[in-house]
Amino acid sequence: MIQDMWNALLHQPNTQWVVLSTMLLGIASGVLGSFALLKKQSLIGDAVAHAALPGICIAYLLIGEKQLLVLLLGATATGLLATYLIQLITTTTRIKKDAAICLILSVFFGTGIVLLSKITQQAGGNKSGLDHFIFGQAAAMTRNDVYTMAGAAGGLILIAFLLFKEWKLLIFDPDFAKNSGLPVGLLETLFSTLLVITVVIGIQAVGVILMAALLIIPTISARYWTDRLGWMVVIAGSIGACSGIVGALISTISTGLATGPLIVVTAAGCFIVSFTIGPKRGLIQKLMAHRVRLKEESI
Amino acid sequence: MTYEGWILLTACLVGISCGMVGCFLIVRRMTMLADAISHSVLLGIVLAFLVANSLNGIYMLIGATVIGLVTTFAIQSLHNSGVQEDASIGIVFTTFFAIGVILISLFARDVHLDVEHALMGEIAFIPWNTYTVFGIEIPKATGMLLCITIFALLVILMFYKELKLTSFDAALAVTLGLPVALIHYLLMGLVSITAVGSFDAVGAVLVVSMLVVPGTCAYLLTDRLSVMLLYSCLFGAASAIFGYYGALWLDASISGSMSAAGGILFLLTWVFSPRYGLLRRYRAMITS
Amino acid sequence: MEALNVKDLQVAYDRKAVLDQVELSIPKGSLTAIVGPNGAGKSTLIKAILGMLKRSSGQISILGKPYSPKNRNVGYVPQRGSVDWDFPTNALDVILMGRYGHIGWFKRPSKQDIALAKEALHKLGMADYADRQIRQLSGGQQQRVFLARALVQDAEVYFMDEPFVGVDAKTEKAIIDLLRELKQKGKTVIVVHHDLQTVPEYFDHTLLLNRTVIANGPTEQVFTEDLLQKTYGGALAFFSTNGDKRVMS
Repeated sequence: MIQDMWNALLHQPNTQWVVLSTMLLGIASGVLGSFALLKKQSLIGDAVAHAALPGICIAYLLIGEKQLLVLLLGATATGLLATYLIQLITTTTRIKKDAAICLILSVFFGTGIVLLSKITQQAGGNKSGLDHFIFGQAAAMTRNDVYTMAGAAGGLILIAFLLFKEWKLLIFDPDFAKNSGLPVGLLETLFSTLLVITVVIGIQAVGVILMAALLIIPTISARYWTDRLGWMVVIAGSIGACSGIVGALISTISTGLATGPLIVVTAAGCFIVSFTIGPKRGLIQKLMAHRVRLKEESI
Repeated sequence: MTYEGWILLTACLVGISCGMVGCFLIVRRMTMLADAISHSVLLGIVLAFLVANSLNGIYMLIGATVIGLVTTFAIQSLHNSGVQEDASIGIVFTTFFAIGVILISLFARDVHLDVEHALMGEIAFIPWNTYTVFGIEIPKATGMLLCITIFALLVILMFYKELKLTSFDAALAVTLGLPVALIHYLLMGLVSITAVGSFDAVGAVLVVSMLVVPGTCAYLLTDRLSVMLLYSCLFGAASAIFGYYGALWLDASISGSMSAAGGILFLLTWVFSPRYGLLRRYRAMITS
Repeated sequence: MEALNVKDLQVAYDRKAVLDQVELSIPKGSLTAIVGPNGAGKSTLIKAILGMLKRSSGQISILGKPYSPKNRNVGYVPQRGSVDWDFPTNALDVILMGRYGHIGWFKRPSKQDIALAKEALHKLGMADYADRQIRQLSGGQQQRVFLARALVQDAEVYFMDEPFVGVDAKTEKAIIDLLRELKQKGKTVIVVHHDLQTVPEYFDHTLLLNRTVIANGPTEQVFTEDLLQKTYGGALAFFSTNGDKRVMS
């Protein structure tokens, strides 16, 4: 199987493109995920991902064909609507954030399922292939899809690189950021929008249900290796990239397996390794420290 | 009973059992944990199928309850080791769900269990799969749901005081000597079995909407927990019924439509609730 | 007899000791103030005593017996911010929760429990607010509800975490009347207290705390400039008005 993977990677341009794009996606979500985690917004990504489904379906119903860019525009629209509604519910009622997230997530997803079931039974035309958006199917991406996704992911990484220090300050100390004359509102909005875009471009490869994992797992894993934000972003990006590559490769060579779950399981593997041997608060490190302390105390 | 009657009954039972249990999740701010458990339940069901090689309800119930509690425990341990709570939730359930999906695609393809089923349930097929109890032929899934609903109701009635107190003020509960952790796991166990019971009907993902939406509507209408429980059951049943007829009208997925109906009911409550609605807020703002 | 005895108590967060080598005893029937600067571990002390926080070491005994919630001789009034005010419940219902320890598993509150709760509401001047959702009460009224709840617990030793913070004058009066009444009945009340000025007036026993016990004894012996300076690390200013000694932190 490893042999097959190498062959595919070395000789099939299509596979190379798919792998490259999932790698870029992994980096982008690792980077954006790090900021989202520190802003305590990890699960907003989950809501956005689920909420993307009705957007994709509506866009498809409107234009009647599977054109990735338009579908992603639809997904971005409903994704942003979902974040806005969560905000509105928590500010205008006594409903807490967790319940608001769950509510919006499940209702949007349910609506998406209604639309999807309608689309799949519509006679004629090519089978929509929209159900690939649920668990992700990297192999089903066309050349154009791959270009779109790689371009968007590259753009996201570039913006995050340029705005790194501003976002860092914004997250760590919003009041100070405001005092230093940063356009805080603008930066916040930009961040939310980019987070939504990350989720949206990821759903074709990872799927709406599991996309949140790609934002969360590499980021948390990175915490076990470093205490510095800069390194954290780099490590999270690398773990994301790794998961993307491995997941996409296994999925493309053994047809039928959805890409999303494979990427997530790979990322979870990285997490377990980091959790165990990571030098910062990893399990082994903790045990050693405990031992040293016991020794010191007995002396 | 007619085919349609059984479907409606099953859907209502889903709404009622989830609505009841969901209230406690809302007042405890633990709906995300329910989201996690209902996803993980898929893994429990698949594992139970692989081990016992049958889709018997009892095995599924055991498998799912065990995985549900494992999920709760894993999230708690990760959180205790210093990971943010919502991130711990995000790690555990996505991983379990991903493993579940992979196992289904690898091993369980030819049986009744498939990915689509896991996602949105197959309520339309429930009336075909029956057994006979006391001379009445009832669908298996409906029978199991009925038992689960009654069980959940009994547990809530028996431990109502304790559930309420640990939800409201865990510190006082500790000083009164209540086993706070045990009650927490009791509730999570209840969430797991309700999620399994509803799995056939609405699937692993949409269970979340039945757990959260009716309770949230009720939360905007009353200031008494007992009344909230009652309203929540009513909202659950109402989403089921409206959802079913909505699906017939649109000729679309029943479970998705139940969830969407819940969303519409929420929207109405949000705007018109006499206590906490947007209209009332708006009016209060104008008069002041 | 001693109401509370603590031996060698240590509490640590993340390896850093928040409380260390705490040894103290509080006489039965006293009104005790726990006083100390922010971060001195006052709330932590109460929570550790009542087992809401993990102790690294320490033995706690209440009225001569090792502490266990099963003895039902301890009442607790949490800091006001610690519960969810949107919880679907009203004032009377919250007070009834104080009876849950006595009611026991599987049973509902009896008529007698309800009567007790109503009486407590009445005593704190809250009889008209029984049906109010708790968010709709003012800060002082919320505090009185929690006191009423402690009252119906019918405990011997009460722990209260900053009951006077953010309350109106009427509530402050109601609280202090209640404390005195409890004392008269022979109960012990231990209060985390912020307002140094009122310590000598309200409390007969004082515990000065800053990560460990600085001093513990009758208020007139402990509440001195010297010991207070030691507790607050010299960050206090003393000045007098009308012959009274006033303290500002």
